[in-house]
Amino acid sequence: MAVGAPLLLAGCNAYPSYFASSGATTQGHDTFKLWSGMMTTGLIIGGIVVLLILWAVFRYRRKSDAMPRQFHEHVGIELLYTIVPIIIVAFLFVFTVLTENEVDATVPLAATTTASGKPVVDITVTAFQWGWRFDYPHLDVGVVGELKNGPDHHGPQMVVPVGETVQITLLSADVVHGFYVRDFDFSRYALPGVTNIFDLHVKHAGTYFGQCTQFCGLYHSEMFFSVKAESPAAFHSWVATEVRDGHVLGPTGNPATNIPPKSSPLQPSNNAPKS
Amino acid sequence: MTTLVERPDLTSPDGPRRPDEPVEVDQHHPHHEGPTGLLKWLTSTDHKVIGLSYMITSLVLFFIAGVMALIIRGQLMDPHGTLVSFQTYNELFTMHGSLMLYLFAGPFAFGGLANYVVPLQIGAPDMAFPRLNALSYWLYLSGSITMLLGFFVAGGAADFGWVAYAPLSEAVNSPGAGADLWIVALALTGFSAIFTGVNLVATIFYLRAPGMTMFRMPIFTWNMLVTAILILIAFPVLFAALLLLFCDRHFGTHIFTVQGGGVPVLWQNLFWFFGHPEVYILALPFFGVVTDVIPVFSRKPVFGYRGMVFATMTIAALSTGVWAHHMFTTGVVLLPFFSAMSYAIAVPTGIKFFNWIGTMWRGQITFRTPMLFSVGFMLVFLFGGVTGVLLASPPVDFMVHDTYFVVAHFHQVLVATTVFAGFAGFYFWYPKMFGRMLREGLGKLHFWFLFIGFWVTYMPQYVLGLWGMPRRVASYPATAGWTTLNVVSSIGAFIIGFSFLFFLINVFVSWRKPVPAGSNPWDGHGLEWFTSSPPPHHNYTHLPPVRSERPTWDYNHPEHRTLVTHEGPGSGSGPGEGAPAGAEPVGAR
Repeated sequence: MAVGAPLLLAGCNAYPSYFASSGATTQGHDTFKLWSGMMTTGLIIGGIVVLLILWAVFRYRRKSDAMPRQFHEHVGIELLYTIVPIIIVAFLFVFTVLTENEVDATVPLAATTTASGKPVVDITVTAFQWGWRFDYPHLDVGVVGELKNGPDHHGPQMVVPVGETVQITLLSADVVHGFYVRDFDFSRYALPGVTNIFDLHVKHAGTYFGQCTQFCGLYHSEMFFSVKAESPAAFHSWVATEVRDGHVLGPTGNPATNIPPKSSPLQPSNNAPKS
Repeated sequence: MTTLVERPDLTSPDGPRRPDEPVEVDQHHPHHEGPTGLLKWLTSTDHKVIGLSYMITSLVLFFIAGVMALIIRGQLMDPHGTLVSFQTYNELFTMHGSLMLYLFAGPFAFGGLANYVVPLQIGAPDMAFPRLNALSYWLYLSGSITMLLGFFVAGGAADFGWVAYAPLSEAVNSPGAGADLWIVALALTGFSAIFTGVNLVATIFYLRAPGMTMFRMPIFTWNMLVTAILILIAFPVLFAALLLLFCDRHFGTHIFTVQGGGVPVLWQNLFWFFGHPEVYILALPFFGVVTDVIPVFSRKPVFGYRGMVFATMTIAALSTGVWAHHMFTTGVVLLPFFSAMSYAIAVPTGIKFFNWIGTMWRGQITFRTPMLFSVGFMLVFLFGGVTGVLLASPPVDFMVHDTYFVVAHFHQVLVATTVFAGFAGFYFWYPKMFGRMLREGLGKLHFWFLFIGFWVTYMPQYVLGLWGMPRRVASYPATAGWTTLNVVSSIGAFIIGFSFLFFLINVFVSWRKPVPAGSNPWDGHGLEWFTSSPPPHHNYTHLPPVRSERPTWDYNHPEHRTLVTHEGPGSGSGPGEGAPAGAEPVGAR
């Protein structure tokens, strides 16, 4: 039974969520399927071990003063409980690598279309204390926001087209931050000195809540953002509006500029309830 | 309560000498008493006094850190909690983690339990380097005070998390003396740990009693040996990293800053090269505790002793190659390698479960408090282990990294080991340390409140993480739908806090109305149960022959000595041979 459990990863079509998001991106959905399969495997194996523990605990409570047989080894069983876990984790590792290759696959840098000819939208995301900047270098749009401004006080909004590949270039202007969108089942550090690149392929229109997950200082708790996924036509009309309103890239076109320096007057409401 | 050591017919001056008569231990300083009272606690180099100092200090720090946890949980009961400010909250979770991991869990294990128990288990009169041992304790105490002093300096205590990721921990982002005190405190306690590591390795290699071969050592001693070696691998790296960070902060170097050509992620590599072995430094001693407790209360030997020793060594070896699984989301580590290593380390850890189950199998199990805590440990650690295997998968880690899922996972693992197994050890060896019993009823109340409170606290945190709640946040949107589960989790934390009242009452009652323990209240296996409780200054006046991994048991149950091996140093020339007839029965009160 324990040996067969990993096969659920491959063979089972039902993916119980176990409280996770089923993934609004294709990458996130791949991750979700791995998560679900691994959880099922883990619950089965963990359940077997729990039953063994409980059986031993209840069955072998002391009932008499008789001395139990003093056995202390059984080579066959010891080999079994060494080899079976090795096989199980080997299975898990294979599925992990397969999923990882899907999740981490990116279109070539600076590619404007995918292999199948669909457009690629480049977005440079810069995290800083304490906010986010979303730059669209090929569309001359720049969105910057700090703390709780933006829609619903949930920080700046990154708008992306549904059904197209979005390539994110993730940077940090100061300390380590975490780019995390729960419904994408994905996070990645914004690491100073490192350029992280990953692709998102959002499947469903909607607004997805995001937040910094790596502790980054005083207002880490309020470093929100959101991702709005809409149809390519709506996306391009949004781009036109932004350009018209002057929300464009910095003077040098360098996305990392125009980030408020740390000394800028930043007066977030420390613990005050949001109005 | 059976104190089987005191069998009346052990040594008959007139009869033929039995081969398993205890041999008198050559005491170089038979009347070494030393100062008493406060002066004893301040000057002693006795491993038992130092061990108790360690244990008391680390438990005080455990309670301080526990109170911090309760404040943290209080803050999170309301989405916009106003119990403490953001700044204070950040200091609290930093100090909670730092106290628990650096100042409680490790020192309680290798400074407290191991310091006290390992020399007893191998039949040694003391640690190999008693003065170094005292230095370890005083370094540890001064480091602990240094860290707590952070709360009293301008700018407050360190507030960058117990992992102190650069460049947040650099002077520009964390000015103030609190951060420096944190660094200095870890340097002090780090050296304390290194010295204890040296001491344990030397003691275990050189001070074993005749007959105590390596493969007759109790598993607790085995695990402490491996832990000590891991300390010697890991802690110097932490110290090096702290030194570099200190240089960055004060001497104008740019090792962890981008400005000046440094590499921030280097800190993470160095830190976790210490940090992951550290996880096993915290876990292995407590695996050892339960492996000593379970056989005693099952009245059976350990199942698969050798397999368990090799599993421990495998864990130690692999633990130096899994550090980057804390860094999967950095985008700059080789994912498949660290994933494979992390999966691999699950195997020897899993093996231990079957050792424990096999030990209980067909035994005669009594659920005294230490055994209850050990079974609780198994159930809690199992769930933490399963979620740990999930986190070995980089895509799953991407999904839950830095969320409450991870918070729940590592609390489950660490509370299972350091608290459940830690208190199993405390209840187990307390009679040996003080010669008096703790009350069973209060111990069981402590266990059940802790056990129930534990699940109520951490199961909601798994769900919160999967629902997207990040760790280390002092507030969260009221619209996120996380409030109810946070309230449940906080209630669980208060139940855990409440459970420790039973523990304190238990200790208090045992002190006011002592119930004498005798030398061997549990019908124990290891040598430590052969000497009096508490043991005399140099631990043993007599030692039994050591011919298996459970010499005291062999002595008390000659008809059940199935483990005795007749080859090796213990058989022909053991201490029982040539012992003077008429030696006193050992372990008399």
